[in-house]
Amino acid sequence: MSALKGPILFGDFTPEAGLARALAMERAEVISEVRSSGLKGRGGAGFLTGMKWNIAAAAKGEKKFVVCNADEGEPGTFKDRVLLTSYPDLVFEGMAIAGYAIGASHGIVYLRGEYGYLLPGLEETLNKRRRGRLLGEAVSGKKGFSFDIEIRLGSGAYVCGEETALIESLEGHRGEPRNRPPFPVNTGYLGCPTIVNNVETLALAARVMSEGAEWFKKFGTGKSAGSKLFSVSGDCERPGVYEFPMGITIAQLLKEVGGEGAKAVQVGGASGHCVPAVQFTRALAFEDIPTGGSVIVFGQGRDMLGAAKNFMEFFAEESCGQCTPCRYGTKVLLDGIEKLENGSCSMAYLKELLALGETMQLASKCGLGQSAPNAFISIAANFKDEVLGRERRSEGRGE
Amino acid sequence: MTSKNIESRAPASQRRQVVPAPAADDAIGASVSVTIDGAEAKVPFGTTILEAARMMNVKIPTLCNHDDLCIAGVCRVCVVEIEGQRTLQASCAYPVTQPIKVNTHTRKVRQARRHILDLMLAHHYGECYACWRNGNCELQSLANEYGVDGFRFGKMEKPRYAIDQSSYSVVRDMNKCILCRRCVRTCIDLQEVGVLEAVNRGQETKIACFMDKPLADVVCINCGQCINRCPTSALAASDPTDEIWAAIDDPKKHVVIQTAPSPRAAIGECFNCPPGTPLTFQMNTALRHCGFDKVFDTNFTADLTIIEEGSELLLRLHKALVEKDKAAALPQFTSCSPGWVKYLEHFYPEMIPHLSSAKSPQQMFGAVIKTYYAKLNNIDPADIVSVALMPCSAKKFECNRPEMCDSGFKDVDYGLTTREMAAMIKEAGVDLPNMPKSDFDEPFGTATGSGIIFGATGGVMESALRTVIELVCGIKVEKLFDHADIVPVRGFDGIRYVELPIKDVGPVSPILENHFKDWNWLKGATLKVAVAHGTANAKRVIENIKAGGKFSECHFIEFMACPGGCLGGGGQPIPTSPEIRAARAKAIYAEDAAYQVRKSYENPAVAHLYENFLTDGPCGHRSHKLLHTCYTARGKYIL
Repeated sequence: MSALKGPILFGDFTPEAGLARALAMERAEVISEVRSSGLKGRGGAGFLTGMKWNIAAAAKGEKKFVVCNADEGEPGTFKDRVLLTSYPDLVFEGMAIAGYAIGASHGIVYLRGEYGYLLPGLEETLNKRRRGRLLGEAVSGKKGFSFDIEIRLGSGAYVCGEETALIESLEGHRGEPRNRPPFPVNTGYLGCPTIVNNVETLALAARVMSEGAEWFKKFGTGKSAGSKLFSVSGDCERPGVYEFPMGITIAQLLKEVGGEGAKAVQVGGASGHCVPAVQFTRALAFEDIPTGGSVIVFGQGRDMLGAAKNFMEFFAEESCGQCTPCRYGTKVLLDGIEKLENGSCSMAYLKELLALGETMQLASKCGLGQSAPNAFISIAANFKDEVLGRERRSEGRGE
Repeated sequence: MTSKNIESRAPASQRRQVVPAPAADDAIGASVSVTIDGAEAKVPFGTTILEAARMMNVKIPTLCNHDDLCIAGVCRVCVVEIEGQRTLQASCAYPVTQPIKVNTHTRKVRQARRHILDLMLAHHYGECYACWRNGNCELQSLANEYGVDGFRFGKMEKPRYAIDQSSYSVVRDMNKCILCRRCVRTCIDLQEVGVLEAVNRGQETKIACFMDKPLADVVCINCGQCINRCPTSALAASDPTDEIWAAIDDPKKHVVIQTAPSPRAAIGECFNCPPGTPLTFQMNTALRHCGFDKVFDTNFTADLTIIEEGSELLLRLHKALVEKDKAAALPQFTSCSPGWVKYLEHFYPEMIPHLSSAKSPQQMFGAVIKTYYAKLNNIDPADIVSVALMPCSAKKFECNRPEMCDSGFKDVDYGLTTREMAAMIKEAGVDLPNMPKSDFDEPFGTATGSGIIFGATGGVMESALRTVIELVCGIKVEKLFDHADIVPVRGFDGIRYVELPIKDVGPVSPILENHFKDWNWLKGATLKVAVAHGTANAKRVIENIKAGGKFSECHFIEFMACPGGCLGGGGQPIPTSPEIRAARAKAIYAEDAAYQVRKSYENPAVAHLYENFLTDGPCGHRSHKLLHTCYTARGKYIL
């Protein structure tokens, strides 16, 4: 594991400076500061955080909620775990700032079930904050602003990382995405306006408030301000969590982690895209290759069809089963990959599978189904030689 | 015309999300412009694309959507392309909140629809020839409509799941299920029973009962509303047709059939007649053609039910008002809907004393046929096969209740649904709508209008009121209500409440002399009654009673398990919708209006039965033995 070093999150900073500065401002000013920083959601979708906060702040509702999405389930992603282990205060500080900005008094951390072992430490941190008056009635002495945080554990469904499924799960229902619109900012947890932000987004928001929007914008690119945490795994010398400015090219990143000579990089986990070596000059940023932070390096010896199969097995398992394209599409694509593997897939059927992939991207109810075929489609497009022309194997000759 | 205007209990992922209107547009009439396939229209803020399309006569295919149910947006068949949006949107679930341009048949949309149908067909164990929904299957129609010409993604060669035939009423075949979840929403949202839920994930997803138990071992009330809303044959009623044919074929058996009021108003739908085509007398002929030895009218025992249940109500009122006995459980609940009875037994067993002990008309008839009728005609009751044509799946369970053997035999042998009857009539080669008319058989032939309206929500209450008003007040109902139509208890509002002051009382009629000397104790009282249909509404009423609310002051409450009452029962023709149920109700009330005798107590055959058979009168010893029953406190947890 690399030592944690980076410009914004993994740098030196004064704890609670962001919260103090925010509480000294009007709510609208906080939102406007976050907005002008250009901070975008770090979960992968890249929605402007300030805009999300602004809609929730304007939404009518007796109660409002701040939800921290810590259901880090994307294969190859582990940066939120690092943040919650090493910088839990920064995350909670960000939640309090968000709560102040939108007028919420209740924060919920939806913690991935597998991270249950972090719970005692996080609860202790929360208690410390309560004792330090950073949570509870009149946070930091700010009259009229009370805010507390509770931690709720997920139960292992990948789909609960999707914000509306997460809210269903919080309400005690089976984790399944809702129809949108309306969005959670208007109608979220218990029908109240709710913002759901990624762990990293909230930590960054705290840093934005402490150092200011202008400082934040110095990092990254014009359309992708700030830095990004990357969870790097696979065929490289130094896997681990890294903080790089947004806009870093894949080649630069591979150099930093000792992964030069890779055949391909899967950016964005199972739901992301497979980038072949010829495209390593591309940048990791919202305007080029958006990512939630997972970077899986494939060395020269890797079987790309095998990688596609691995990802598709994951989705076939994790599809919540609610909508038709995702429930059955993942299975049909998986069967198709197996056909390709044993050389029994015709070109016509491959074309049909790719079209089905497009249907899934377009017609699935939520982001899970919409992104499930991404890896397969990009691998089929970029590694045609590997995908096609497999030696035909007779039926029944297992793995 | 919504039967349910209460908040949904379904998870938000399984219902339409209400979009709060922006503050500035709060004014009533705020409308948004929507352009569909080039045509523009203004629609109210929050109208879904599907609703807008229907207003504009644009057809969008649907599958998981149903007029009676909350919106799920899960099948995705109704996707459309909105200009400027990356993904397609489910038109059933997408509210129009700003001007949008929608295209309903672009390349992407057509491709997606075909793929979605292909995917469903690949995972639906399709045996269309051998399927009772052949010709009435929404999946089949869509496949036809959208040009499916092959199994692009393969097909199921073997069934994956065992068929659940544990229940007397409902059969579940998950091999036919396409996971539209209408049954789930019917059960939890429409009926608030909630025995069905999606379990597992991905392609292992299936609809199951609690802990994957068979349907007979969960709190299913057998209402069969799920069957009526299933687009395929994943849900069916348990079909006794073969046994009935066998009985008809057996020369030793005397096969009689009683027909409830609702099937006759709906069976035409199975023969391409518009909903609400009454075929009562054509059906009588058709049933005889099928081979039934006698065709009786359940309305006869509906009238009998009114006398028994009405007498029981008066006895309870006397107990409460005169004897000041707190044990007189008021309000009295009707007991003719077996789905409702089982609902109460499961969910509110502590309220069982409120249930009228009177059997349902079906079971009264069963008991009378194998005793009175058998004796009258010198037939060994062991040779009688008694069939009940009902709009209902729960009736199948009811006739199998162990306590329903008061004649010394199984009082009713088979409950047959309207759908199954239609299939038998078709199998017999009978062209029902064009049959000559014929009447019911004696000695139960004469019915009254009161019996027929049992089929509609509020009908039992209206019949009871017609009789009670005349017996107690000594005046003609027509004096209070034009044509004796007690309109306040009619309609489709989920819960209705009516007060009826008893200003004057008349003499006690001979039929009730065993129990009462005079009615003076009722003079000046106000009779408070209520009607609820659909168990979701029933639940509201019961909760209100338990909380000491307005309904705890009631004296008599009619409950029907199914939305719309029996005419919307789980054995009725598919499809169902508020409009179809309204048409059936119209037919039923029209038939009532056509009767000469419209009050149960005036039914001469009923009077004859009391004079010659149930000689100690209503709620007497003999009627108690044959026409009344007891209930089982089942509770929610079944081991």
